[in-house]
Amino acid sequence: MEIKVLGSGCAKCAKTADLIQEVINETGSDATLEKVTDMMKIASYGVFGTPSVIIDNEVKCTGKVPKKKEIKAWFAQ
Amino acid sequence: MKLQSVPADIQDEGPGFPRVLSGIIGVAAVYAWWHVYHFLPTISKWISYTLLSAKPGSHLGASLEFFFYDTPKVMMLLFLVVFGVGIIRSFFTPEKTRAVLSGKSEFAGNILAALLGIVTPFCSCSAVPLFIGFVTAGVPLGVTFSFLISAPMVNEIALGLLYGLLGWKVAAIYLGTGLFIAIAAGWVIGRLHLENHIEDWVREGHFAAAEMEEKKLTWNDRIVYGWDAVKEIIGRVWIYVILGIAVGAGIHGFVPQGVMASIMGKGTWWSVPLSVLIGVPMYSNAAGIIPIVEALLGKGAALGTVLAFMMSVIALSLPEMVILRKVLKPRLIATFIGVVACGILFVGYLFNMII
Repeated sequence: MEIKVLGSGCAKCAKTADLIQEVINETGSDATLEKVTDMMKIASYGVFGTPSVIIDNEVKCTGKVPKKKEIKAWFAQ
Repeated sequence: MKLQSVPADIQDEGPGFPRVLSGIIGVAAVYAWWHVYHFLPTISKWISYTLLSAKPGSHLGASLEFFFYDTPKVMMLLFLVVFGVGIIRSFFTPEKTRAVLSGKSEFAGNILAALLGIVTPFCSCSAVPLFIGFVTAGVPLGVTFSFLISAPMVNEIALGLLYGLLGWKVAAIYLGTGLFIAIAAGWVIGRLHLENHIEDWVREGHFAAAEMEEKKLTWNDRIVYGWDAVKEIIGRVWIYVILGIAVGAGIHGFVPQGVMASIMGKGTWWSVPLSVLIGVPMYSNAAGIIPIVEALLGKGAALGTVLAFMMSVIALSLPEMVILRKVLKPRLIATFIGVVACGILFVGYLFNMII
């Protein structure tokens, strides 16, 4: 599983990445987490708000910090 | 308020016991809020003059009373306003706003964009993706700017604080003039036809909007959304509120009456442009600046001057310009700052003249 957190590096984006990392650690998943801060790349995903979470090229969440429960649900899919 | 503990999944159980319970807790919380709010003057006097035994009528006493009255008052109002606006915002998303604005004609589009700027969830760190999303979807440049000016300037924190500290009239003036500047400045930028001053990679790129399934929100989700907004916003601004009120309290107690009249009063013509010049590079949010503004007004500063100062601090900030520089060429950024600053100057002079 390939997870990308899109964001310019604001506090919310950092928090989103931390939460996802936590879930990866807890579940022992082999998912990779990457932070995308380049504006051009962020725009190419077609999202409006940051932070946004992309899992395997699918937009899961945009413009807010997801709840841990939501993140776990994505992992379970 | 125990709203946070309402689990998100009870919505599936229908109108059962937990929903009734959360309703009762909600009503009780509003009732308690109302009574504590009206008891605040008594509490602040007791803390200042009995608990801390300051002399009534002294500089220190006046400062302490101001601080212990305004801090809880502002916090309580912020709580209510942020929660309420959070619920309203759960009905809007940037995606929906874009769909409404794309292809709108210029003038009506500017008005709509300024209004939607108030209620669409927006954080200045996502200004760039939002800008790209709007412009590439055919929202006119000027209309996009109306949104980008209104969203940070006319916000729930500013309105809640102004209402609490300076009354509904000043809050309404701020709302009205803020919208006016967003509409007028966006319209002017649109008329100037500066589309070729958007960075080339934005104009030449093809950015298809991502497909996202729209989740249907229940009332429970909206309450959780509002509560999250309270936690997020109050968690971020409380320190500014306290610092702002502390500075305001110092001004209130120790600065002599009327001293501001000569610097920030109506008679001094240069005070409005100077306020804007000082305000632009200052980076603070509404929460920190409004308590200071209240104290300045009390010492004879003119409303128009203070309004201009407040708007330039909140609406034009250097960090946001740095972010926007990634998509706008310098001339467009300069035009943006110039046009908004002119709007603020106009509002400042107007209010100094009529009030």
